[in-house]
Amino acid sequence: MTLDALAHRLGAHPEAIATAAAVALAAYLLQKSSAVRALPALGRAAVWTVAWFALVAAAAPVVAPPPAFRDPYQIPTTSFAIEPQPPDAAHPLGTTENQFDLYYGIVWGARTAFKVTLSIVVVSLALGLVLGGVAGYYGGTLDEVVMRLTDVFLAFPGLVLAVVIVAVLGKGIDKIILAIGAVNWPIYARLVRGEVLSLRGREFVTASRALGGSDIRIMLRHVVPNAVFPFLVYGSLDMGNIVIVSAALSFLGLGTEIGYADWGQLIALSRKWILGAPGHAFMYWYTVVFPAVAITGFVLGWNILGDAIRDRADPRLRTRGSLP
Amino acid sequence: MTAYIVRRLCLFPLVAFGVTVLIFTLLQALPPASRAMLFIQNPEQATAIAAIIRKYDLDKPMYVQYGHWLRDVVQGNLGYSQSARMPVAQAIATFFPATLELTGYAFGLIVLVGITLGTAAAVRRDGVIDHASRIFSICGYSLPVFVWGLLLLLVFYGRLQWFPPERLSLAAGLYAQSPAFHAYTGLMTVDAVLNGSWWVLWDAVRHLVLPVVTLTYFLAATLVRITRSAVLDTLSQDYIRTARGKGLAESVVIARHARRNALIPVITLSSSILIGLLGGVVITETIFNYPGIGRWGATAALELDVPAVAGFAMLVAGVTVLVNLAADLLYGYVDPRVRLR
Repeated sequence: MTLDALAHRLGAHPEAIATAAAVALAAYLLQKSSAVRALPALGRAAVWTVAWFALVAAAAPVVAPPPAFRDPYQIPTTSFAIEPQPPDAAHPLGTTENQFDLYYGIVWGARTAFKVTLSIVVVSLALGLVLGGVAGYYGGTLDEVVMRLTDVFLAFPGLVLAVVIVAVLGKGIDKIILAIGAVNWPIYARLVRGEVLSLRGREFVTASRALGGSDIRIMLRHVVPNAVFPFLVYGSLDMGNIVIVSAALSFLGLGTEIGYADWGQLIALSRKWILGAPGHAFMYWYTVVFPAVAITGFVLGWNILGDAIRDRADPRLRTRGSLP
Repeated sequence: MTAYIVRRLCLFPLVAFGVTVLIFTLLQALPPASRAMLFIQNPEQATAIAAIIRKYDLDKPMYVQYGHWLRDVVQGNLGYSQSARMPVAQAIATFFPATLELTGYAFGLIVLVGITLGTAAAVRRDGVIDHASRIFSICGYSLPVFVWGLLLLLVFYGRLQWFPPERLSLAAGLYAQSPAFHAYTGLMTVDAVLNGSWWVLWDAVRHLVLPVVTLTYFLAATLVRITRSAVLDTLSQDYIRTARGKGLAESVVIARHARRNALIPVITLSSSILIGLLGGVVITETIFNYPGIGRWGATAALELDVPAVAGFAMLVAGVTVLVNLAADLLYGYVDPRVRLR
């Protein structure tokens, strides 16, 4: 790509320039921040991996410009042929089934991944904070009801409940967010409840109450700020898991609509082709390898980052905690 | 201890009831015609949907319908699964043994790998095995199960032709259906041994290798980490110093004193592993085209086979709740500190 063409593309997407600049600034601050410098080498590498995915997601309109007047999340196709085509000049990573361009799908898939994981963490955290906080703070019958509700939700392996919800609601990115959010909140609620229970009896809460602080004020000013930090750590550990579950839904054909830029769907599209042709087992390797590298790298980055943050938050733990 | 058991046992029906309510509430998002399938037993009845909607009050408030449905469920009438072309109860009886076989072998292998590797990593802390096990677990968390399964299929079936997908080859499948082969348990490897047909056993084992390895790799990672930290924890206890002080061989100290006490957290974890297996089979059975409840559930969800989805969800939830109950009781039995609480 010549400089002229690059400048032209950049000019066409002011919002992308703004995002890219924000990401670059964030990366610079990350580099300077003492928190990142104090991380072990592996943790720093993880920060850069996640930052790189964020950059790709932010710069998607520049590095993979969408065709005009189309939903950018819909992967463009160039022909109606079915068979995947190996990488060439027009398709740097090749095409998968139905000529969906792998490069375009992976770049915009990074956006989808961030959109899905961040929305789900926010939804679960909000539900968990409200329900778990109320249960832990007031105790009694309310606590019992919320905890039995979490029991019911936790009676399903996460993926199974998500499959049921998506089967009933139908395909689409918003349905995935709803389904996985519904599966995830009970764990957050239980963690928040435990945290609130231990904070409830602390001196500063009693002091605030003695000064006439209302329940709402105590919750918002004293309990929530102290209870929320462990969940940011848990949330970062959860990011990798969420992207796996959402990709699994797409893999089963229950996630996004066909052609939506989503890593799980790209892997699902490769399923028919991975066995290759007789005598050429690895003929269509690119259909599975590139999406697999993208999703594994994303999950690996978040997992190592979460571990590193947790180790820093609590040096006693040099290992990963139990499954929630 | 009694209070602990009674509390656990009382929770069980409560959660089971909650599960049926949750599933039924979710199904309300569907039109009555889809939900009518929950109440039929054979394909002929599917032609008279309007009559079924009237008979079971599917246009009435939810609690009325729930009453009808719960009565049917308690009587074992779970509806007719169109994707499996048989009643749901029969489909569960057909597919569940295959999943049981798969998860049974995977669970055994996970426990073996997890405890051996976890102990070895803790005993030689920061040694080669420790670092290797750390990489093993990080990859286990990070490599999605469907990616791992597809890569295995690509290499060991596409390229090497060693381990084929599905449950049996065509010849063995036909033989297993024939009157000469008596199905004692529904577990193919066990039935093959009981029938003395070794070639069927070999065939079944070849088909089990890839799905079992897929499930093991994806779930053993957590067990390795937990066993490692639990053994490290016990190794610093006073009674370990006492055992060493009285001159016991290091291998005895590890096996009898350290590992045995470290197994307590491992028991709690094994229930989450079993539950993880139930979620994992949905993907694994789909990849390897293995005819178990996971593949059935996934197909049913795709084809909006409502009774099958509901039956599948209730079966999995039932097993999950039972596994949790068993783990809680076992935990109370193994750890006296829980018993005395």
